[in-house]
Amino acid sequence: MGKKIEKVLTNSREIMISIQNLNITFGTNHVLRDFNLTLYKGENIVVLGKSGSGKSVLIKCIIGLLKADLGKIEVLGQSIPELNSSELDHIRMKTGFLFQSNALYDSMTVRDNLEFPLRRHGIKKSKAEVDFLVHEALSNVGLPNTENMMPAELSGGMKKRIALARTLILKPEIILYDEPTTGLDPITGKEISNLMIDVQKKYNTSSIIISHDIYCVKLVANRIVLLIDGKCYAEGTYDELKSSLDQKVKSFFE
Amino acid sequence: MLTQDIRNLFNETGEITRFTGRFFIEVFKPRLEFSELLRQCFFIGYKSLGLVAITAFIMGLVITIQSRPTLVEFGAESWLPKMVSVSLVREIAPVITALICAGKIGSGIGAELGSMKVTEQIDAMEVSGTNPYKYLVVTRVIATTIMIPLLAIFANAVSLYGAYLGANIQGVVSWDLFWTQVFETLEFSDVFPALIKTFFFGFIIGIIGCYKGFNSEKGTEGVGQSANSAVVIASLLVFIIDLLAVQITDVLGLT
Repeated sequence: MGKKIEKVLTNSREIMISIQNLNITFGTNHVLRDFNLTLYKGENIVVLGKSGSGKSVLIKCIIGLLKADLGKIEVLGQSIPELNSSELDHIRMKTGFLFQSNALYDSMTVRDNLEFPLRRHGIKKSKAEVDFLVHEALSNVGLPNTENMMPAELSGGMKKRIALARTLILKPEIILYDEPTTGLDPITGKEISNLMIDVQKKYNTSSIIISHDIYCVKLVANRIVLLIDGKCYAEGTYDELKSSLDQKVKSFFE
Repeated sequence: MLTQDIRNLFNETGEITRFTGRFFIEVFKPRLEFSELLRQCFFIGYKSLGLVAITAFIMGLVITIQSRPTLVEFGAESWLPKMVSVSLVREIAPVITALICAGKIGSGIGAELGSMKVTEQIDAMEVSGTNPYKYLVVTRVIATTIMIPLLAIFANAVSLYGAYLGANIQGVVSWDLFWTQVFETLEFSDVFPALIKTFFFGFIIGIIGCYKGFNSEKGTEGVGQSANSAVVIASLLVFIIDLLAVQITDVLGLT
């Protein structure tokens, strides 16, 4: 009875991203095979898998940077492969993407980097409003006085925070994180993981996080999806998967 | 191995053709990236003035000094301004400008876009509501197509000034006589075809630099390769265009 009630409650939650039978092939390499995933509102899902297992390909398909061979991808109720460029831009305004290499524009200051998505999405705002949004985004990532710095002057952790601020300036409903703690020292990695939790609370975002940093996974994941051989091999909370007896699952948590 | 190389050559030629075809589609689509275009014109044109000026000046000077003994031998020293001006305006100044720009601008574009590609900045632009082809490629190709002819005109003027000084090192030619001879010699058929081909030089330098950068792979090593092959291919194509241009002007009777 209890399980039935829980299932009904789950079904009533708003679906942010729905992926069904996703297949992606590069040449002879079948990266994803009939992959399924559902992201509910307010949830943080971590997709865990080995390097080269197709995790980054998955989130690039969600945002429309790569095209899938087969399968359905719906973001906020809209089927991504069927959207034209302006409809896709509209979805991208509501879906932030934190790149693994941060992807800050080298030739622009931090402020210009943050303003770029605002200007390019054609969001008309007064200078005072833009100032407020830039200051708010930078304060929320803990770097309020960096507006005039160039990306080359920032440390790895600061770059990650600025990249997150650039994502947050549009107040997205969904954030896709591509290996947010890779290349950072353990302390900075922990700070970024905590920042991701803060962002989830402050902005009420739902996230898909690609990672193989087990500490980050433990801290931020509401649910974990294990991607092995292009398929969803196992799914559950951190504790559920950690206590699994399956050898392949166990190897990720050792 | 050889078959594979030939196949790769055809593949690359096809890809460059497709990339160029996309330019002609995107260039007419709305959102003219005017401020980025101006920024690129500034970097490509203004920032190359010094280099083009020095090269053109030296070329003018050297060609004049080296041509002099042959003309003296035939007692045709007074033809020096005429001969040098035709050589410079028709061939040397435009081609040298294009080669210098293929090195400076082509490699710059290849490396810049290549590093943007490998650090995912191009993807970041795409998710920020920007068509990266339009914003990065179209603006740069238009800028090189406009600025290289202007730089070539500038190189013509500077190289002729170099020629004037060169003529006065061992001989004496007055300022008025030199320029009168130059302008009497130069005709429409000398200046116009040379100017037209510089538009093609500019276009090819821009499109090859962008193509190589946009398709950069394999991290930082790939960026270096992109910059390098952008220069090599663009320089080679400058010569091929030059060869075609001389054939066309010959057929049209503009020689």
